[in-house]
Amino acid sequence: MPNCQETLKELETFLDTELPDARVSEIMSHLTECVDCQGAYEFHAELREIIRFKAQKEDLPEGFLARLVNCFGEDVLPEE
Amino acid sequence: MGAQDDFIADAMQYAPQLYSSALRMTRNRADAEDLVQETLLKGWRSFHTFQEGTNLRAWLFRIMTNTYINKYNAKQRRPQETELDEVEELFLYRRMGAVDPSQMNASAEDQLMTLFTDDEVKQALEELPEQFLLPVLLSDVEGFSYKEIAEMLETPMGTVMSRLHRGRKLMQKMLYNYAVERGIINETLLEAPTDK
Ligand SMILES: [Zn+2]
Repeated sequence: MPNCQETLKELETFLDTELPDARVSEIMSHLTECVDCQGAYEFHAELREIIRFKAQKEDLPEGFLARLVNCFGEDVLPEE
Repeated sequence: MGAQDDFIADAMQYAPQLYSSALRMTRNRADAEDLVQETLLKGWRSFHTFQEGTNLRAWLFRIMTNTYINKYNAKQRRPQETELDEVEELFLYRRMGAVDPSQMNASAEDQLMTLFTDDEVKQALEELPEQFLLPVLLSDVEGFSYKEIAEMLETPMGTVMSRLHRGRKLMQKMLYNYAVERGIINETLLEAPTDK
């Protein structure tokens, strides 16, 4: 099983769901047994959620979607 | 025209996501709108090259990323990688995560949620140097995989991973600095704990 140092090093890849399945189980075992690493995990998971939520909040300009749909009819993109 | 009409219906559902990412890239509403429009028109024209059953959203983001890099990027004068100080690991956590939740009025979750404003999160993203902005935006905000991002940026996966890692740390440091500037975090109270 990974120790604290290894767990924290791989935490980011773990959160990205990019670790191989076998490694995911090992990291999860460590997290269930180690309060310190679990705290770090929860903090970063929460930070991710918040960044995503806040960065996506955007009001569309008035009439934006209608202008987009219209542009397909005109096909005004200049040739490059 | 049937396939192209389908494209319009399918692609339009991603317009709001494309727009918010375009805004982070261009930092300007007019350019962002142009970038999304150009992306959708390019997609519409080359829809015959889209492989049915593959991910339309990833395909559109790839078109947009390429369009941005080739056309808008030159106007940006966003800082390139300079002599950035290496940000320490777990930068924000070492300063904030270690605060005992029982000593806070709100839960740690609410605390983080209210600590940074929407605008600060957007600003931190927009101020990332070029080579970090795109991986962080495509991963943390849009949720694409390393492999998808590597394809979009035509960069090896290892490069995507290291840029993500450094970009995220840099973003944490900027967020922390904003909170200190606003007086939300008192630096003397939240001295970084030494490594365990
Ligand atoms: Zn541990």
